[in-house]
This record gives sequence, structure tokens and C-alpha cells, in this order.
Amino acid sequence: MTSRESPYPPGSAAFPHRDLVGIDVLQPHEILFLLDEAAQWVELGRRPTKHDDRLAGLTIINAFFENSTRTLLSFEIAGKRLGADVVNMHAAQSSIKKGETLIDTAMTLNAMHADAIVIRHGSSGAVQLIADKVDCPVLNAGDGQHEHPTQALLDALTIRNAKGRIDGLTVVICGDILHSRVARSNILCLTSLGARVRVCAPPALMPAGIEEMKVEVFHDFNTAIEGVDVVMMLRLQMERMEGEFIPSPREYRHLYGLTEERLARTSPDTLVMHPGPMNRGIEIDSTVADLVDRSLITRQVEMGVAIRMACLDVLTRRTRKVEGWQ
Amino acid sequence: MSVAPPLTIINAKLMLPGAAEPVSGVLRCADGHIDAVGAKVGPEPGDAIHDAKGKLVTPGLVDFGAFAVDKPAFHFGGIVRAALMPDNRNLDVPSRVRFVASSGKPDFWVHPLAAATQGLDGKRLAEFGLMKDAGAKAVATGRRWIGDSGTMLRVLQYAAMLDLVVCTHAEDAGLAGNAVATAGEMATRLGLPSAPVEAEALAIARDVALAEIAGARLHIRQVTTAAGLDLVRAAKARGLPVTAGVTPAHFMLSETALADFRTFMRLSPPLRSERDRKAVIAAIGDGTIDVIASGHDPRGPEDKRLPFADSEPGMAGAETLLPLTLNLVRDGVIPLARAFELLAGNPARLLGVNSGRLEAGAEADIAVIDPERPWIVDSTQMEASAGNTPFDRQPVQGRVLALFKGGAQVA
Repeated sequence: MTSRESPYPPGSAAFPHRDLVGIDVLQPHEILFLLDEAAQWVELGRRPTKHDDRLAGLTIINAFFENSTRTLLSFEIAGKRLGADVVNMHAAQSSIKKGETLIDTAMTLNAMHADAIVIRHGSSGAVQLIADKVDCPVLNAGDGQHEHPTQALLDALTIRNAKGRIDGLTVVICGDILHSRVARSNILCLTSLGARVRVCAPPALMPAGIEEMKVEVFHDFNTAIEGVDVVMMLRLQMERMEGEFIPSPREYRHLYGLTEERLARTSPDTLVMHPGPMNRGIEIDSTVADLVDRSLITRQVEMGVAIRMACLDVLTRRTRKVEGWQ
Repeated sequence: MSVAPPLTIINAKLMLPGAAEPVSGVLRCADGHIDAVGAKVGPEPGDAIHDAKGKLVTPGLVDFGAFAVDKPAFHFGGIVRAALMPDNRNLDVPSRVRFVASSGKPDFWVHPLAAATQGLDGKRLAEFGLMKDAGAKAVATGRRWIGDSGTMLRVLQYAAMLDLVVCTHAEDAGLAGNAVATAGEMATRLGLPSAPVEAEALAIARDVALAEIAGARLHIRQVTTAAGLDLVRAAKARGLPVTAGVTPAHFMLSETALADFRTFMRLSPPLRSERDRKAVIAAIGDGTIDVIASGHDPRGPEDKRLPFADSEPGMAGAETLLPLTLNLVRDGVIPLARAFELLAGNPARLLGVNSGRLEAGAEADIAVIDPERPWIVDSTQMEASAGNTPFDRQPVQGRVLALFKGGAQVA
């Protein structure tokens, strides 16, 4: 920590929430607090010994009701680096299949005295539903098409580290906005921190009323990409590309793929992001995804662990009776 | 079945058909029917006497379009008859229709609505003729729209031949898909599957056109959007036998109530914009809407304590139907007499049953009401078999003091 005075209120006033369910309830200074907290974990992650035992003895349950590899791994590493006992529950193939309700599962997790529960679920609002029923902090690892707050935080941290700021930048988010919780959380987070956000998608994948979320709406990617500082591509589910929403993958690439030619319409310091996993050759070309000096995609993964460490640390301070957080 | 002994209700303020205001008087019932009503009527020797103590005496409510037979809730709400939607009880064969038709008697009468298609699959016509003889009073498409226009035309033609009203659900199925909200900012922020509001007007436009070809009577159970109401208005202006209903949810609530993913707000059709809510109120005021119904569908935690999109639609509405409709009277949208046309007279007429009006010869289905009495809706203290009311903790006014079905007191 530097000797500078902290810009945040002391103790829990800096982050007064028990849970992290969505970006929509966070104030800008609360978002910045989490980003600043993550800085130390970025540093730790780059050391040979990546351990800090502040969560030793605590139990963290990752309850994933929807398949995930990256986010689950990221939360697991984050918990373990902080010394917690991390348990993964792959609910997508467990008791839910036997007819147990979501509330019953939540009560079961609660009875096991978890100190934090990380949840991913396919239905919007499901994480809030669980958070209302359990006694420990709940972190949303993605609920339906609603929010994915840690993704937005890690994206904000990545942008800030690369550009030195977020305020005043222009970011275009391109892809399946309609079905994307990543897009919603990013719109809320980036606009809250003062960025100008553009969204770009074919009309069938653009949700109604999105302009009310303080974004500019585009359907033509060539126009949307002009003058932006960051291009954030979204993953398009394969099943939506085969006739239901989009005629074909190659048609999608033709209009919305981030190709070298399209990237050439931007300035040389425009950066490229993607939450992964990528459909290479469809929404993003390999030649673009692998640009060493412009693609932040692997950096996003690195920041993901740091952000999740920060969130787990901050949300368990009350349990750990950290001074000022009781 | 024994017939109730003669009964005279004295000191009544009678809500008589055609009268703008209630009039003081007496109502006498004999043989289960209204024998005489008016200022000059008096009890005969041997009559049971019920003193209304100057309170309002109205027709018992006739609820067009409920999903469950939930007698305590209906009686609490002053409802003596309900037209039962085919959805939850699979009313697509005569035997089930016959069973349901007698299931509430004598103190509550259920009028089954026959499923328009077998299993409500929207494809194969159900046996309306046999179901009519078994007690079905109308045909209904259930809580869904028949997507195939050819099938819908044949449903309408067949029902017209049998002189049965066809009750439809107005949401274009292709647009509605798996939607649980109306497309717009609210649904987008919450990340809920949504359908454009135009899904309703599209459905109504088609069904009105088909009903006109078929010469059928069409009742759209819930019209909830400004555009849909305009189409109903236009159809009526052309003299078509089209009627429209709504439930209090769509004149009391708008989509902002979906915040926090409250599943008691999960309704079908979904809640609309504030602009549409106001259009519904205007349409009640100008006569475009003919029926206000409860849509009563009690749902327990196994159906409602779920993520929003995974929960079942529906609300427990029987107990709040009367007080919420009386809000419209207090707000000057409709006169008191019109409220009882919407709640009793019109639905009885649509079903073709001899009820819904205080008139000699009609069945003695009567409610004694204190329209001003305040109470607070409490989802944990309801008569309904489940407390899924979107109006929890809301103060309301209007309470049923006594209820008579066929001249016998039932509540």
C-alpha cells in the first residue's frame, strides 16, 4: 500500500454490500474500490509463490448450475490463492436433475456453513433468489441473461491497466447483446465509470430499450468501430448462428466478425477484448485475437483471478472480523 | 338437492339493473330464485329475514376465467359462479367437463370452458358438442393462442354453429415464444426473455378477422395493450360480437413491478408499460372492456419460489377482484352500477346463465357488500389455497359481508 491517503471511506463503508449480485446496485466509487483492491493480487499472481492465507479456514462453495470451465477455474484459483477451502459443486449434473428445487439446494449449501457461495445459474434472477435465502455472502458468476459482475470488473481492470483510465474512453461491444449477461454488466460498469459505450448487433440480437441504458446503438459494425479505444467482442452461441437468429456463421463473420480489415479502421492503439471462449474465424479472426500488442484477451483471464480474489477478500471481511468491517 | 327456504333481505341498498345508483328496498327470494325486488316489497309470513343494515346488495359476482375451483377464496370475494379455464383440469373430454360442472354445487357453481383443441395442442378440434351437453358454457383456447389460422377458423365456425362463445388468449405465439415479460427497458435490464407488445394486437387482429368470417362470438379474455384495445374498439364500432376482459393486475400494475424478479408478478400476458396500463383504465371507462375477472390461479411455492422465467404464471385473484374494481369507482373511472355489469351482468350474459342481475326470475345469487370497509391484503392470511397475490400488503377497500347462492347463505 502506498502512503497516500485512501480515497475511500474507512472500513466497510467503502463496500457496504453483503453480496455481489450485480453491477447495477454499485456506486462508481465501490467499483473503483474493488479494482484498486485487485491491484495487489495482480502483483501476487506474478510472483513465484502465489499465496496469501487470509481466508485460511474459510469454506467457499462454487455452485455452478450451468456448465463453465473458465469462470469456475478462475474462482477456484482465486479462493485457493487466498488459502480458503474451495469446493466445486457441478449442479448442472447433480441433484437438480433429481428434482431438487433451487431453494432446497441453497438451503443445503447454507446448512454446510459456507463462508461464501459463488453461483452460476441459467435463469435471470436466480442468484438473487439464493442470496435472499442464505446467511453468507453470495457472488454472482453469471445468472441467465441478467448479470455477470466479476466479468465486467475484470474487463474494467484490464482496460484501466492498459489505458490508464476508463473515464472518457469509447468502447464498442459487438455481438449477441440480446442474450449476453456480459454485455449488460459491462454496459452498467463502463458507463458508471464514465466511458462512452456503443453496442453493435444485428436487430434480432439487440434487446428492446437498450438505449435507455445510456448506450449508442449500431447495426453496422464498420461505423460502430470508428474512433473507438476498445473493441469488445462477444461470443455467439453456435446454435444461434445456424438459421434461428443469423443465417450462417460465414454471414455473421461477413457483417460482424472482427477481421484485420475491420481493425484497420481503428487507430493503432485501439485494443481488442473477448470474454472467451472464442469462436475463432467467426466473431474474431485468429490474426486479430493473437496480436501481441493489441489483444488483451489473455490479460483479461489474468485480471479475472485478481478481481475474484479481491471480491472474495472484501466480501469475507465481516466474517473474518477485519477491523472496521465487523 | 334441497331448495333454500324463502328469504327476505331487508334494509338493502339495491343495485338494480339499469339503475345508475343503488335504491333502498327489499329483496325476496323463493325457490332459489328472486321472487320480488324493490321499494314496495315486504317479507311474507315464515320468511327467513336477513337485515342488510343499509349496506349495498348486489348480484353475486360471476368470474369469467379462473383456473382453479377454490371455493373459500371465491366466497370471500363475493363470487358465486366461475367459468373455469380448461388448462389445469384438461377440460377436453365430456367426462371431465361433467365432473367439473357439478364439482362446486350447491354453494358454488362452476361453468366449464371447453378446450378448443384436444390437449390444448392447437391442432385437433375437441368435442364441443358433447362437452356442451356435459355442461360447458363456452369454448376456450386456454392460456395460449392457436397459431394455425386454419385450425382457429374451424374452431370458430364449429363454436358458432353450437352458439358457444370462443374465449381466446391474445398473444401471437411466434412472437411470444418463451417470453415472460414485455420487450422494453425493464425486461432488457433484468435479462428476461421478452416479446414485443405488438404480439397482442397481432393476435387480436387475426382472431377478429377469423371470427367475422365464421360469424362467431369472440371473447378476448384479457386485452392489456393500447393497440389491442383499439382493435376491439374498432370491431365493436363495426357491430361485431366481440367482447373483451381484463384482470385487475393489468389496470393496477405495470412492468416496473418486475424489479427484484418477484414471481408473484409473473403473469400471462405479462405486465405492460405504464402507458398501456392507463389505456386499460380508459377502455374500462369508455365501455371497450366488458368483463373484469379474477384470473384466479393459486400457485404454491413449488410453482412460484423459482427463478422468474422458470416460475408458473398466474395469481390468486379471487379475493381482491371486488375491492380493486371498486378502486375504479372511487377514482371516477366508472359508476358503481357499471362495476357490477363488469363483474356480474356481462359475464353471466356471455355464459348464458340466469344470474348476474337483481331481477325477479333470476337465480338468487346475491352479495351484501360494504364497499368502503378497509382491509389489507396479506399473502400469508388468504382464503385461497395459495397466497400468490401481486397485491400483498396493499390496503384496499370493499368487503363482502354476506353471500347467497340460490337463496341460501354460503358466506
